[in-house]
Amino acid sequence: MSETHTQALWWASESFWRKMAIWVTAGSFVVLIFLTFDTVKQITAGTKRVPAYANALNHRIDYVFDEQRNFQVPVIGVEEPLFGKILTEEEAEALVSHGKLTTQAKNCMACHTLLGNGSYYAPDLTKSWLDQTWGSSAAREQAMVDFLMHPELAAHNSLGRRMPNLGITEDEARATVAFLKWMSSIDTNGFPANFKPIDQTDAAPVAAPAAVPAPAVEPASAQP
Amino acid sequence: MAAIGLPKTAEMNGGQKLAMKYFTVAIALFGAQVLFGMLAGLQYLNPDFLFGILDFSVNRTLHVNAMVVWLLFGFIGSVYWLLEDEAGVPIVGLGLANLIFWVFTLAVVVVVLVYLLVQVGPGEQSSIWLINEGREYIEAPRWADIGIVVCVLAFFYNVAATFMKGKFTNIGGVLVMDLVALAGIYLAGMYYTPNISMDQHWWWWVIHLWVEATWEVLVGCLMAYGLIKTMGVRRKIVETWLYIEVALMFGSGILGLGHHYFWIGTPEYWFTIGGFFSALEPIPLVAMVVHAVFDAGHHKLKSTNNPALAWIIAQAFGNFFGAGVWGFMHTLPQINLYTHGTQWTASHGHLAFFGAYATMVIAFLYIALQKWRGNVYMSGELIGAWKWKWAIFLLHAGMITMVMAMLISGYEQSQIERAIGGSDWMAYFAGQSHRWFMQGMFWRQIGGWVFTAGFVLLAWDLMTIGKRETRPALTVAAETAAA
Repeated sequence: MSETHTQALWWASESFWRKMAIWVTAGSFVVLIFLTFDTVKQITAGTKRVPAYANALNHRIDYVFDEQRNFQVPVIGVEEPLFGKILTEEEAEALVSHGKLTTQAKNCMACHTLLGNGSYYAPDLTKSWLDQTWGSSAAREQAMVDFLMHPELAAHNSLGRRMPNLGITEDEARATVAFLKWMSSIDTNGFPANFKPIDQTDAAPVAAPAAVPAPAVEPASAQP
Repeated sequence: MAAIGLPKTAEMNGGQKLAMKYFTVAIALFGAQVLFGMLAGLQYLNPDFLFGILDFSVNRTLHVNAMVVWLLFGFIGSVYWLLEDEAGVPIVGLGLANLIFWVFTLAVVVVVLVYLLVQVGPGEQSSIWLINEGREYIEAPRWADIGIVVCVLAFFYNVAATFMKGKFTNIGGVLVMDLVALAGIYLAGMYYTPNISMDQHWWWWVIHLWVEATWEVLVGCLMAYGLIKTMGVRRKIVETWLYIEVALMFGSGILGLGHHYFWIGTPEYWFTIGGFFSALEPIPLVAMVVHAVFDAGHHKLKSTNNPALAWIIAQAFGNFFGAGVWGFMHTLPQINLYTHGTQWTASHGHLAFFGAYATMVIAFLYIALQKWRGNVYMSGELIGAWKWKWAIFLLHAGMITMVMAMLISGYEQSQIERAIGGSDWMAYFAGQSHRWFMQGMFWRQIGGWVFTAGFVLLAWDLMTIGKRETRPALTVAAETAAA
């Protein structure tokens, strides 16, 4: 009796749910494909969200609060070429690609996160180009190269966690810095939030006059 | 009859003999996962431990890769196990299947040795082809990717051809379609681009559409078969449930992919799509709990194989809590902005992979061992039952301790590092050196030791269960199925 009653319930029948499974899966997949076409277009290098390689490497990258979107966004600023050299798009892409390959070959993601993905043993690298750790923005490029080549020598933190020496050559280190600078220009919808970027206003390559006011500021701020 | 309790491979079909080989490698790799996880965990407490010899990155890579591969071996073994039984005909292409097993296993050994001994390479294409692709979970070098695709295609051929020659049950149909998707999606991870946003976009196709869609459906198939085998649940009921699960799983999981597209450069519309659909993702997992628990209650927990049934029930709850609740907790963008890439994620990952997948493979190991021992008795009052009971208890106690400890560290990290500190390096280390964070890491390690003890006991039990039994398995299944 109850058997036949169960059979009668169309919404509890096997055939109904088989059709549902097929239609729901197919429908979701079609929507995903449409969205994927649009997303891939928007994240191709050279677009608003993901800048062209040369555009990022040849200019200053700022990370500023956007009132309308209500979070921080990267802004391409004044001309400020990486390692002092203006690159063509081809040269820039080759350099970033070499850096990206280095991050893969050294398995950076097995300790760090990139765009928040990876492992959690070491800091996120999404905006590492803009990190205050590098001190002054004028010294940043060389500081990053030196660090990447001999990370085991640097005391990073009170925990004693260190980055091992991964045999990164100078070329690989410079390429990695290029990759990191370019990555910091990607619009990540405000991730990481509340990030306080390095002061880049003194980054003009003319270093000589900048040395004079610098010591004057420090004692003043240290007084109270 | 006299041989009950003794290994009886002669009575198993070809697919089942092959499955035993896959299961053996799976358990060995499970052990490797535990070992390298413990080493990586110890490095949180003592960063100088094995520094420069087996760095955290090496241990962590081996920890997660051993997991992916042992689960894959477990799934493949489980499918070979049920294949002839479901299709009703001998497996098609068994010779090829056996060859592929050895090729696959050899490839895994080579990859592991390269991870251990070579570790890193120069920043060139040759490194990602030969050493390490450097992309979480799918670190395997490109040559191995191609090898995996070949192996999976051969596996797919065995499964599809056997079902086509015999009968296509509903479980068989869902399984074949799911394997098409599972294999196809892997291709999305096999290409190089300098563009990290593009890289991560396609990388998530593999990771998400595997673990939050196709793997879930695969374990749905395994659970359906497992419930029929252990309790004799009526096929029509489990297969209807299987379709419900597929509809809900793919309906929420496919577009749920969007919750990985909040912060990687992808457009803002993914906030809405990803948030909405991933919030629906727990629903099929609730359905699976209801389904498994209802069936178990309906059959008054009377089963032909108590350890397998226990692990199936553990799967239902582990999947719901690990994937469902722990996933939902941080899936909306408003919270994910602060939790993305913290120990919160690690907490979720541990409970979800263990709860949803490890449990199901272990259930199948018990189903397989029962037959291997000559269809031995495995119901109540089983001789030496304390071992499987203590193993399941210790594994869960250890896992829950680890998961809660990492969750607390994750709370602290998302507060101190993310919300207050602003996520820069100073803030990261302020969070990492905070006492609450370190307490979490300490307790995670304690949980790890408990889990390790559970694993050792499980391995021992798998080698010995049913050895001293002389009673044949209960036949409760056949009786109820006929009703």
